[in-house]
Amino acid sequence: MKLTKTLLATTALTLASGTAFADGHMASDMTLVSWGGAYQNSQQKAYVEPYLEMNEGVTAVWDESSAEAVAKLRAMNEAGSVTWDVVDVVAADAIRLCDEGLALEIDPEEDLAAAPDGTSAEDDFGDLLVSDCFIPQIVYSTTFGYRTDLVGDTPPTEVCAVFDTETYPGKRSLEKRPINNMEWALLCDGVAKDDVYDVLATEEGQQQALDKLATIKDDVIWWSAGADTPQLLADGEVIMGSTYNGRLFAAIEEQKQPIGMLWDAQVFDLDGWIIPTGLSPEREARARDFIKFATDTQRLADQAKYISYGPARASSAPLVGQHAELGIDMAPHMPTDPDNAQNTFLYNYEFWADYRDDIDAKFQAWLAQ
Amino acid sequence: MAETMLAADGTPLKRSLARALRRQKLRALALIAPLLIFVLITFIVPIASMLFRSVENDIVANTLPYTVEALADWDATGTDLPPEPVFEAMFYDMFLAAEAKRHTRLGTRLNYEQTGISSLFRQSGRRMDDIADISYEPLEDLDKSWDDGETWYALFNARGDIDSDLLDAQRKRIAALTDGDTSADINFAPDAQLSALLPLAAREYTAWAVYVATQNNRDPADRDPWESVAPALVTDLQTADLSRYSGPMADMLRAAQQAALPAPDYAAAFADMDDDWARPQPWQTIQTHSSAYTSGYFLNAVDAQKTPEGVAWQPEEKQILLTLFGRTIWMSLLITFSCIALGYPIAWLLANLPMRQANLLLILVLLPFWTSLLVRTSAWKVMLQQQGVINDVLVWIGFVADDGRLIMINNQFGTIVAMTHILLPFMILPMYSVMQTIPPSYLRAAKSLGATNWTAFWRVYFPQSVPGIGAGSILVFILAIGYYITPEIVGGTKGVFISNRIAYHISSSLNWGLAAALGTILLAAVLVLYWAYDKIVGIDNVKLG
Repeated sequence: MKLTKTLLATTALTLASGTAFADGHMASDMTLVSWGGAYQNSQQKAYVEPYLEMNEGVTAVWDESSAEAVAKLRAMNEAGSVTWDVVDVVAADAIRLCDEGLALEIDPEEDLAAAPDGTSAEDDFGDLLVSDCFIPQIVYSTTFGYRTDLVGDTPPTEVCAVFDTETYPGKRSLEKRPINNMEWALLCDGVAKDDVYDVLATEEGQQQALDKLATIKDDVIWWSAGADTPQLLADGEVIMGSTYNGRLFAAIEEQKQPIGMLWDAQVFDLDGWIIPTGLSPEREARARDFIKFATDTQRLADQAKYISYGPARASSAPLVGQHAELGIDMAPHMPTDPDNAQNTFLYNYEFWADYRDDIDAKFQAWLAQ
Repeated sequence: MAETMLAADGTPLKRSLARALRRQKLRALALIAPLLIFVLITFIVPIASMLFRSVENDIVANTLPYTVEALADWDATGTDLPPEPVFEAMFYDMFLAAEAKRHTRLGTRLNYEQTGISSLFRQSGRRMDDIADISYEPLEDLDKSWDDGETWYALFNARGDIDSDLLDAQRKRIAALTDGDTSADINFAPDAQLSALLPLAAREYTAWAVYVATQNNRDPADRDPWESVAPALVTDLQTADLSRYSGPMADMLRAAQQAALPAPDYAAAFADMDDDWARPQPWQTIQTHSSAYTSGYFLNAVDAQKTPEGVAWQPEEKQILLTLFGRTIWMSLLITFSCIALGYPIAWLLANLPMRQANLLLILVLLPFWTSLLVRTSAWKVMLQQQGVINDVLVWIGFVADDGRLIMINNQFGTIVAMTHILLPFMILPMYSVMQTIPPSYLRAAKSLGATNWTAFWRVYFPQSVPGIGAGSILVFILAIGYYITPEIVGGTKGVFISNRIAYHISSSLNWGLAAALGTILLAAVLVLYWAYDKIVGIDNVKLG
């Protein structure tokens, strides 16, 4: 018994000294997991490079595995060797990782930086803290782009144009999964926005959504990678299609394609960090230190210089400036810009966590018919 | 009488020979040992453990052990709710699981069977404290010392006999729940007298002590137990006979018993938390899927499901997997045959051209083979799409109208074309190496004996090339049946394979049990087809070179 107590006391002491001289007890290398491409680049520029400059001797390695992060983390955890320190995932995945006990719970007061005006991190992020383990970085949206030269004189202004094959004949591209498509179908079948998820929770509602989608089934090319729709639009294969707003921004502003944005009924979703469970204390301390820096107000605002995703902190929004290379104002390209966000939808995490497998099976069976 | 032959050293020759042979075999084994171990560790073991997941289901009984036990006698086919003891067991199981953050994992597992359980578990886990507070707050109001961890420790820690059965059982319970090691010394042992007097409270306190000591490395002696010990104590006190008890806290216990503190009405508390608990469905799901090994994933893999009444088909609108199995096999066969049709003439040319030209041709066959699979698949997209190269050419020469462009991609046609192209070298190479060994003089001999060109080919050349076709077909078919990237990119909705669903369940839905079951079935299908091939054509007839 004595021994246990002595041991406990020493552990407590080590922990206390650990916080006091944090730097001496932090690992000197990190493995960051992200999506690759322009998005990862924006993270590299906006907060990884400044962080490495501030902390000499620390190195960071990228692993472009976010798309399979949940499955890989689960496998690593089962093997007892987690090699990632900070992982970038969408909110739905963060919720699942948290549910599975694969992500650390975060205390916003302690682990995240307060806003410059003193607003606590919890209030600054607000409703976007959708899981105990999730530290949001950006708000992105899944929305529609259309070919300005193929839609005639009356470009579409609302999402139901997708279902209107008479006014806008031609193919459309939609994601090969039920999420978002089912909601849009119900919206355009006369269901009120507030009732969409109540309706979708019933068998009849799911059938109603599939029936609505069936009216355009022959005109749809189903995509599974975010880059598909911009490519299909650029090739003229489709006249409109859904994808992430940042992809459309790149096609319109960077590649100068004749594409217009249809912001109506855009679906907001979040992307952010989680810290895996099972890290050694040194690595965990480094990961926490990095996260605190990388999600502060200025860093999140900086990220918007490189990509058109809205910062997750309310206090970052006024600091959003111009694109680092194109020199255009970024604010009007943000999904959260008031002009763009007149009619929006927030991805319902709770609903899809429950119904995803059920509706996905029905959706895939319907697709195969 | 035969005399045993002796070796030079006097041992019987037979034994001496056997020893020498054994030594040789051991040496040979030692030589291949690195490879054997490598294959075992990196190939056989992971595959076997993955396949094992298709029947493994101990998560339910590990997370909710007492609930599963209490549910055993309940008739799940009726419309009645389970009896009160089930709710009571569920509360303590769930409380502990929520503290260990394991309830959501079980929720995910059961959500594969019944939509909605995932959030039911997640939300209920957060509200377990509310139920505990029904008893905890009055108890604390009655006597402040109940708020102190040392009171509880003094009450339950052994003075005389140790209830080691209880301690072992709780060590096992925590070990099963957390997958962790619980054998360390915990500085606590449940008192046998107390565990007889207050069984539920002693059980929950011991579980807590094992948990904090082994999982959090804390000393239970100076920590406050979880609130769940309070309802357990109050529940016990309703029936406990304290008249002969004279151990520590005797007065406090008597006072608590006399105060008749409220114990939670577990069933009502659960119903209050979420209406779903007042329905039989979640309980049916838990009971139906409570066994440690399940056929449930295999049933799901063939569009069926386990219900309280037995095996039943999935609702029709969810049936997809059998269709996909059929489609995968059918399209793989089609791809194999188109590879034979395209590959045979090329292999024949390769084998019969002079060396120089044959080598050039062989490089042309191999060149795409060295190109990334993704690149080749994407190239087919550019070729086949409606605004693509082929359609543009067809429109340009006036073969099709501009508004009548052919749809050649995002359907089965696209998958077959792209996969035939990608798998063609696997057909050509074994065919070529077999055809090379067929002497051209046989054909000439047949013709000189009066055979027509066709007869000479069909009766003399073709039978000798069959081993090459067999080898190529097996290679192509087995590769095709597991293809995933190409159908995903060019297959659209009707050209996807079963492997696309396996990938979905591995990386998106995390339903690894179902993915493993699908994989096992696929493996079995390949083995059956291999066996059939052996029966019909004969596996000795296969030559890779």
